[in-house]
Amino acid sequence: MLPRFWRKIRYRYDLIGTRCNTCGRNYYPPRNFCPVCRRRSSIEEVQLSGYGTVLSYSIVHDTPVGLKMEKPYVVALIQLDEGPIITSQLACEPEEVHDGMRVKAVFRKYGEDGEDGIIYYGTKFIPAEEA
Amino acid sequence: MKEVFELVGIVSYGTYIPRYRIKAEDIARIWGENADVIKGGLGVLEKSVPDLDEDTATISVEAAREAVRRAGINPKNIGAIFVGSESHPYAVKPTATIVGEALDVGNDFFAADLEFACKAGTAGIQNCMAMVEAGMIKYGLAIGSDTSQGAPGDPLEYSAAAGGAAFLVGNDGVIAEIEHTCSFTSDTPDFWRREGRPYPSHGGRFTGQPAYFRHVVSAAKMLMEETGLKPEDFNYAVFHQPNGKFPVRAARMLGFSKEQIEQGLVVRYVGNTYSGSSLLGFAAILDVAKPGDRILLVSFGSGAGSDAFSITVTDAIENLNRNPGVWDKISKKVYIDYGTYAKFRRKIRMR
Ligand SMILES: [Zn+2]
Repeated sequence: MLPRFWRKIRYRYDLIGTRCNTCGRNYYPPRNFCPVCRRRSSIEEVQLSGYGTVLSYSIVHDTPVGLKMEKPYVVALIQLDEGPIITSQLACEPEEVHDGMRVKAVFRKYGEDGEDGIIYYGTKFIPAEEA
Repeated sequence: MKEVFELVGIVSYGTYIPRYRIKAEDIARIWGENADVIKGGLGVLEKSVPDLDEDTATISVEAAREAVRRAGINPKNIGAIFVGSESHPYAVKPTATIVGEALDVGNDFFAADLEFACKAGTAGIQNCMAMVEAGMIKYGLAIGSDTSQGAPGDPLEYSAAAGGAAFLVGNDGVIAEIEHTCSFTSDTPDFWRREGRPYPSHGGRFTGQPAYFRHVVSAAKMLMEETGLKPEDFNYAVFHQPNGKFPVRAARMLGFSKEQIEQGLVVRYVGNTYSGSSLLGFAAILDVAKPGDRILLVSFGSGAGSDAFSITVTDAIENLNRNPGVWDKISKKVYIDYGTYAKFRRKIRMR
């Protein structure tokens, strides 16, 4: 768990994705190959804005042991403004969430390996100010 | 004047306050205390509470990201990160490393976690200032952030809150010049926490006169002596805010008016954010300050010491996007009851 998490820390801490300059598609998690352009892919890293829209969601009541304190919590399918669709915890009250809700990325704790273990951090989402 | 640092100052700043609040009434009800007596005595009406997945590292990152975003600088130009806190998530493993990674600063930067009770954040500003002045770094990031706790039933439980502020220090695009700084330090055991203990201990009434007031007043007087400035030369003043009473009394002792301290007095509605306390108040002042305004900032850390700063706002502040401000963030809140609070603060242990 530890080495695998550590290698991807940069992409978990921040929404750094990749962009294919041939077709303009953005990817998160980052890819080093564009499945549309294949051999014509031209990939570079891109900082995503962190803003997105909820496509659908579920309220999780039956949680893994480590997340017992957090239940119930919201997991949402979010389309980032740059295109990629990701699944993420949405830190808000279950009664707040709705389809089409605007959200933004924040830096939060994912969990920890018990009291003696490492603490995992990464990106989650919160409701964004509605204009 | 001993020494004046020219052109070095605050380039940008950011703040973070968790959205949850608990009212003094809800804490008083659990412990059978009179809420009006508590509110009157302490001057704290409600306090911020971090969510289960928020800690000093997440608060530091959010405040720092706001500071960097507002400045529009390349994070690779940040040469130093100092995080001041007494609630670092790890006893051994610096919060500054987590902040550096989350900001994509790269690997070429000086970093350390600082600890001096509630004044470690202002100590970070002094370190950054000196390093910019010495030409060692282009920008330094100083953060004061805490998620401190009081033991259940301890008077501290009414005030110990969570929040943080981050300041980008440099000599390019300065929005508020730090004209002078000095510190007053002594060995005073007013408040402490031994290694491995979850809650702090304190000397009760001893925390007032020989600790808070002696250090805050001495540092402020030292600064005014060294600069030749008087209370009326400052548009605003902000002091460390362990409760709503101490900073008001310190201001009066030094000859500052209610009007000078009102904008920065955030403690009544967020509680004592420890390392974030005087810095959140300072940020609330920067939110509304105009070019030419002079601000007195005095922090206090138990143990004990105070850092004093004389800061003058420049024309460049008008080009910085300062929204949302500290008071906007204070008013955006969700109230929780004591049960939820106890769960959030892990006062309930899971087996
Ligand atoms: Zn492509």
